[in-house]
Amino acid sequence: MTTLQVTDLTVSLPHGGDRPEAVSKVSFAIERNEILCLVGESGSGKSVIAQAVMGLLPKTLVIASGKIVLEDQDLTSCGTARLRQLRGARMSMIFQEPMTALNPVMSCGAQLDEVFRIHTAFSAAERKARSAALLREVSIADPERILGAYPHQLSGGQRQRIGIAMALALEPALLIADEPTTALDVTTQAQILNLILELQRRHGMGVLFITHDFGVVAEIAHRVAVLRTGELVESGPKDRVLKQPQHEYTRMLIRSVPTLKPHGRIADSNSPLVLQTRNLGKIYPVGRWFGARREVRAAEDVSLEVRRGQTLGIVGESGSGKSTVARCIVRLIEPSGGEVLLDGEDIAAAPQRRLRELRRRVQIVFQDPYRSLNPRRSVGEAIIEGPLNYGVPRSQALERARRLLELVRMDPGSLGRYPHQFSGGQRQRICIARALAVEPELLVADEAVSALDVSVQAQVLALLEEIRGRLDLAMLFITHDLRVAAQVCDRIAVMQRGRIVEYGPVREVFGAPRHEYTRALFAAAPGRDFDFGAA
Amino acid sequence: MILRNWSVRIGGISLLILIAIAIAAPLLGTVDPTLFDAASRDLRPGETGEISTLDGETLKHTFLMGSDSFGRDVYSRVLYGARVSLLIGLCVALLALAFGIVLGLCAGYLRWLDGPLMRVMDGLMAIPSVLLAIALVALWRPSLTTVVIAIAIPEMPRVSRLVRSLVLSIREEPYVEAAVALGTPTVKIMFGHILPNTAAPLIVQGTYIVAFAILVEAILSFLGVGLPPDIPTWGNIMAEGRVQFVAYPHNVFYPGVFLAVTVLAVNILGDGLRDTLDPKMAKRV
Repeated sequence: MTTLQVTDLTVSLPHGGDRPEAVSKVSFAIERNEILCLVGESGSGKSVIAQAVMGLLPKTLVIASGKIVLEDQDLTSCGTARLRQLRGARMSMIFQEPMTALNPVMSCGAQLDEVFRIHTAFSAAERKARSAALLREVSIADPERILGAYPHQLSGGQRQRIGIAMALALEPALLIADEPTTALDVTTQAQILNLILELQRRHGMGVLFITHDFGVVAEIAHRVAVLRTGELVESGPKDRVLKQPQHEYTRMLIRSVPTLKPHGRIADSNSPLVLQTRNLGKIYPVGRWFGARREVRAAEDVSLEVRRGQTLGIVGESGSGKSTVARCIVRLIEPSGGEVLLDGEDIAAAPQRRLRELRRRVQIVFQDPYRSLNPRRSVGEAIIEGPLNYGVPRSQALERARRLLELVRMDPGSLGRYPHQFSGGQRQRICIARALAVEPELLVADEAVSALDVSVQAQVLALLEEIRGRLDLAMLFITHDLRVAAQVCDRIAVMQRGRIVEYGPVREVFGAPRHEYTRALFAAAPGRDFDFGAA
Repeated sequence: MILRNWSVRIGGISLLILIAIAIAAPLLGTVDPTLFDAASRDLRPGETGEISTLDGETLKHTFLMGSDSFGRDVYSRVLYGARVSLLIGLCVALLALAFGIVLGLCAGYLRWLDGPLMRVMDGLMAIPSVLLAIALVALWRPSLTTVVIAIAIPEMPRVSRLVRSLVLSIREEPYVEAAVALGTPTVKIMFGHILPNTAAPLIVQGTYIVAFAILVEAILSFLGVGLPPDIPTWGNIMAEGRVQFVAYPHNVFYPGVFLAVTVLAVNILGDGLRDTLDPKMAKRV
């Protein structure tokens, strides 16, 4: 039996949008016992489809035409009261951010209990027993304790498990998962994906799985539908779509996914040392007025070297301390111990006046392109800020800004425009130009491509590679994504809980990881059996 | 975008009309607001009487809003009073914003200053603002300047708190960190990067201060501790009319209406600006 049948669905956007329709004439079906992955880049309309199915579209978006049939009920014509009955009971949803999807002032038990109270006639004891059974089903070790816990007391993975338990409480026929693992670390992601697969099989549900990540698609999908700016360009069984994509857009997307195979470039180990850290550490004291003082060791004993013309990657999950190290090196935060040597001079101990000169030589590009540029300053002002700080005359600085925009493949005429007029990828290029404007010796890229769509990510990575080569720049590349690291890094440091657990040339680390944490990271990398980028 | 908001339109137009009236006061059939004539005491609105100028001439004059117990023209006094009220509102807002911004920026960005500065501000906020203003005016000779300063000082902590909270979130933005990495001096970061991004909520806060300052000035004048009695303000017109309120309510009624309309207009404008410039601020104020 078909669980969900979407036929010619069109959702119109309000006037003044970048296109008239968020979703145009999209048709697909999900059978019982099947996982359909809806893949697309940001703005492709994949979340709009999920909201349309759930009847949760914002008021400004209207279903203009088309039919959504769940089992044998037409959802577009059934009215809000019926939709409310169906939500939770016959279809349910898990969200990207488990922290905001759960109510922070209700215990997990109370939230699960609410689902049963609203939809069923179970007694209180029965509801409690069922809640505990559900938590066991989503592999939560200590259900009684977790039922009494509040969302902030749980880890991201546990929270997402609670979200899944709530979605499954009433045995829905259709589960919609909107990027459910995007906010999670790679090892947690692997566990959650396995859990969804297992539960889907056990309950025979149809699953609409929305993602932008082809690795995740390779792990979980039975069938794949590719969405581009509201239109379905290709759909079919996973193996066919991933291995023999028909549409040019799908081919481009799959080509853009970096492979896990390291590049073949051989780093020259005699190249001069640009930056070296020795036993770098950062400790945050967690002081309480009453009770014991604690220390959080964000980074400990970090010793690294970056050579000219080479890229050192730091990989690790969230909280591993990789960003802390980057920020200590740029001295946005004060290291609590150790040395950061730039050409032999210690940045960590430099006094303010000397630090200003040293700052010029180390620049950083941040993760979020939307917050990295001051919204009230034009692109030109942003790029010349650094040179002006170091006494370069304005006209000369502007000339340099124009050259830099060309270098990052942007129109030099963009100098007078403001950040909101550019896309995420373009903004990231502007940020790179801004960092290069002071002619640094070391460029720190802190998750600089993580917020970008895969096709844009590939372009920015290629740009960074080209710049590194042309300017003979040393680069420190912070990422959580092993695929990205494989493409750009010469050497790699793997961090876990503030410490480096493995450090070596990329081919050794990727070819024969020695530390068990590194091996776990590789095992968790989604889609590792698929050879992307080769298609 | 901003002008499409109805609150902005209504508040803005009302305020513009009031400003026009204040500026054009001499052209609107008024006489010198300090002139009086014993023969024209306690006239009711619309009655005609005489008023003598400083040169000793006696003019025939229609008292549109009646006259007070000295025989002064309430209409002229109310219109000229609008000048004082609006001027005080504006000056207080500018002064409170200027100092509040500097203090808030320092407290928010220079962390070592935060504790001491904000404790002083907390202390100021613990004193009722009207009481503090009365004490300050009593300390100095009453004049326009002292009244403005006295009203602005209790407002400062509110502004600096708002600015500080904005700075605390903006200072964590990557573009501020990028500026630090580019070696931009601290003062330039504070005024060049952070301050422009606090503009919207500050404009909104400014309008509320204008409204509040106009009210406090009226209260001070009403209590007789505000501007000297020779300067006509809505507050002291009402204070003079208070004694005879039952017999001659117009002395209190007209300045009261102007005061209420002005404060309402400024507040409506402020609400509209808040909705258009800074939708998030509704939660903060």
